[in-house]
Amino acid sequence: MSATQFFIDASRCIGCKACVQACGECETHRGMPMIHLEEMDRGSTVQTAPVVCMHCEDPTCAKVCPADAIKQDALGVVHTASKPRCVACSNCVLACPFGVPKMPGKFELMMKCDMCYDRTSVGKKPMCATVCPSGALYFGDESYIAEFRREVPVNTFSFGKQIVKTKVFMMAAPLTPRINVDMAVLCGFQNEKAEAIGFHHQDMAEESVWNDLPFRKPAREKEVVS
Amino acid sequence: MATLPTTAEILLKDFGPRPAYPALDPLYGQTPDKLVKTHCCFCGVQCGIQLKVKNNQVIGFEPWEEFPVNKGKLCPKGIKRYVQNNHPDRLLHPLIRGEHGFVETSWDKAYERTTTAIQEIQSKYGKDAFAFLGGASMTNEKAYLNGKFARIALGTANIDYNGRLCMVSAGAANKMAFGVDRAANPWSDIPLAKALILAGTNIGECFPILTDYIWRARDNGAKIIVIDPRITPIGRTADLILPVKPGRDSALANGILHALIKEDLLDRDFIARHTTGFDKVEELVENYTPEKVEEISGVSRKSIYRAAEIWGEAPTAMLLHARGIEHHTKGVENVLSYINIVLGTGKIGRPGCGYGTITGQGNGQGGREHGQRCNQLPGGRDINHPGHRQEVSEYWGIPEAELPGQGLTACEIIDAIEAGKIKGLLSISFNPLVSIPDSNRTKKALDKLEFLGCIDFFLSETAQHADVVLAGSLQEEDEGTVTNGEGRCIRLKQSITPPGNAKVDWQIICDLGKRLGKEKYFDFKNPGEIFTELTGISANAPVDYSGMSYERLEKEMGLFWPCPSPNHPGTPRLFEGGKFFHPDQKAKFFGYEYRAPAEDVDADYPLFFTTGRVVSQYLSGTQTRRIGELVDQYPEPLCEIHPLMAAKLGVKDKMPVRVITRRGEMVVPAQVVTTIRPDTVFVPYHWAGKKAANQLTNRALDPISKIPEFKVCACRVEKV
Ligand code: SF4
Ligand code: SF4
Repeated sequence: MSATQFFIDASRCIGCKACVQACGECETHRGMPMIHLEEMDRGSTVQTAPVVCMHCEDPTCAKVCPADAIKQDALGVVHTASKPRCVACSNCVLACPFGVPKMPGKFELMMKCDMCYDRTSVGKKPMCATVCPSGALYFGDESYIAEFRREVPVNTFSFGKQIVKTKVFMMAAPLTPRINVDMAVLCGFQNEKAEAIGFHHQDMAEESVWNDLPFRKPAREKEVVS
Repeated sequence: MATLPTTAEILLKDFGPRPAYPALDPLYGQTPDKLVKTHCCFCGVQCGIQLKVKNNQVIGFEPWEEFPVNKGKLCPKGIKRYVQNNHPDRLLHPLIRGEHGFVETSWDKAYERTTTAIQEIQSKYGKDAFAFLGGASMTNEKAYLNGKFARIALGTANIDYNGRLCMVSAGAANKMAFGVDRAANPWSDIPLAKALILAGTNIGECFPILTDYIWRARDNGAKIIVIDPRITPIGRTADLILPVKPGRDSALANGILHALIKEDLLDRDFIARHTTGFDKVEELVENYTPEKVEEISGVSRKSIYRAAEIWGEAPTAMLLHARGIEHHTKGVENVLSYINIVLGTGKIGRPGCGYGTITGQGNGQGGREHGQRCNQLPGGRDINHPGHRQEVSEYWGIPEAELPGQGLTACEIIDAIEAGKIKGLLSISFNPLVSIPDSNRTKKALDKLEFLGCIDFFLSETAQHADVVLAGSLQEEDEGTVTNGEGRCIRLKQSITPPGNAKVDWQIICDLGKRLGKEKYFDFKNPGEIFTELTGISANAPVDYSGMSYERLEKEMGLFWPCPSPNHPGTPRLFEGGKFFHPDQKAKFFGYEYRAPAEDVDADYPLFFTTGRVVSQYLSGTQTRRIGELVDQYPEPLCEIHPLMAAKLGVKDKMPVRVITRRGEMVVPAQVVTTIRPDTVFVPYHWAGKKAANQLTNRALDPISKIPEFKVCACRVEKV
């Protein structure tokens, strides 16, 4: 894993939409944000979650594309469909396990987050992760995350039998090896039943996981003096 | 004569607010001529930002990652702020009220009309019959100039500013407790705290950048306590939420102090060495048992004890608060009661230990320091202090006897207009019709004015009632300095010059001063000269900027006051070594019995009504209601109401409800959420006319600071 990576931590998100507003400023898809900010259920919580393209190692969207329009570059970034090839069939939109690609009617072209290729290819951070006021979107050194965050980065997901490895990391409760997106959650299986099928949802981490964290952060004090 | 000059429809067509979208601008997306390193105009964080400029227009932004406060981070307001530039609603010429609406006029005629009105009103009714209202979104230079203009050119005692609606109760309390009015710590102290109390501060929406500081504290093991009648984004993952009933804050603070005493978590040594007045407070809070406080505040006794434990046991801790505890008729009492918790545990004046009010307006801190308040002279001096009066008169070169005394505060000025005592008003960057409580009365008051002049860049709802509108400048069209919420004075660079015939604000004020016969006091050639005078006059004053210069501010990315000499490094953290700013260097305890809000709930009006902000809008919305993508993010006010109450009223999500108080009513869609107390409803206040939350709020004032009680009054909600 190279040093600079993209990390998402929805537990930090404040729903401000700075990411959405900033994404819409991009020179390559002006006025059309590619990042989505999902409201979980405003009736019961202010929880929101940002969704960028996870840039899968073996992208499902590309696999289901009949026109071979979706390409992954040497850095592992999965790009918006190439205009001359895309037949606007929406297979990718339906197949993506994370719900990322969109098919804006007026363009008849699959469009999605390319991790700000214009910026990252010249050594800058993606726009959303630059502006995000909460650190919910973080682009930077993996060692920073390892040293300062309580949560752990995870980039393996299972959707039923499909295991997906991604370039982008999600922060999860300590000791979470993999995020299982499972019908068990939706069907309301809890604790014992969930344990039996290896389910570790973020909210289900034992409180002790947080309390027993070793806070080994003296270096921090230096870092914040400005 | 300040009724509308023409129909609301025509005003809307000619002046907006119309939401603008950048994509429609032909320059949008082109390669900029230059990038200007400056700051956002939309809150007291004052994020560093680079503005893209082409052909004397701001066409976009680029993050500025080197600026230490925000390191490139921005909220949606900062990202879209550039859209206010090159806007179809922008005032390009001075306007004068005609028979059938506003007509463009020359500066000469506009000035002439303004100065004639000032002179006529003042000779007929006396100097104080003409008032001046300023704002805390303007630079330090303009805040200073406003004060000087009102005192010397107008000779009126009645100058005040919209910060009176903002955090003056905290400012007054800070002066009483600490002898100085400034956040005690740089924000870089926040991640060092092991416990945080966030009282009445919706940081995620109103001060978004601080979120990262708070989360970094949590990464570091800090426990977070949030006190709020709503679960706001910063409260969602807090360790402890104290869902206080609106208007009960001082009781809750007394209860927490009581628990700290019972649990023996005070720093008795600190109290003895560095404070006075604790005995009386200890005696007072003896009565505030968590059981009793649970009754008053609706916060469970268990939570009160838990809060005391978390705060008291943490080796370092910081307390931050904002309008939630300040916007009350006992705003000063609330703040002082919370300060008692900080002082009693000695958690101040050290890394990771301290206190601060989170100042909401762009220059909320600096705007309140340089003399545009009715009770204040430059350098944070006191207008009633003979020595201070002498120093300022001498510096300005006027006889002390000619320096007006203390005047009325902002809301009192509106009251005095309504009572027929004030006949003329000049207002800059202030939109009282939207921002002052009880807007139906504000409107009636404006109608009584013989003359209303407004300096603004857009025709605000207040300016729609004006006789003369002087087309002023947006923040990016001028240069100067502002002082952010942590007390760091920073440099604003001019990105472009004002469009059309518009002028920079300081030039307008100086021109008026000259035409009122006071040339020599307003002979400034640029904001730099005003800054030099401002820093000079602040030498040895309570708020000392005398060691600052534009060069230093730019090079050092801002300086914290006090900064008394050119080689002084500035003072990021106050009160180190327990040294406070009172003559005896000690901090003072003030204890208060809890008292009810001016208007409490009763059988007729059984619900609490409270107001606040949303992340995509700023203050009265004069700017942000004109930025399309910010409007789309939260297009109109919603009434947050708990499902239990909604069920009782037969209301479902998105259905319109009528919210009624003794002052007015409004129809607004319900947002049914479990994130608010069932006995409370919330409506954000950024909109005008029928959508204005301030039609409903109560213009009852805090006796010391004269801040109005925006955060609590009694209402009734009906299904429409
Ligand atoms: S900018 Fe950050 S905090 Fe704001 S909505 Fe996006 S991810 Fe969440
Ligand atoms: S409004 Fe405040 S937080 Fe948002 S970008 Fe501007 S200064 Fe930063």
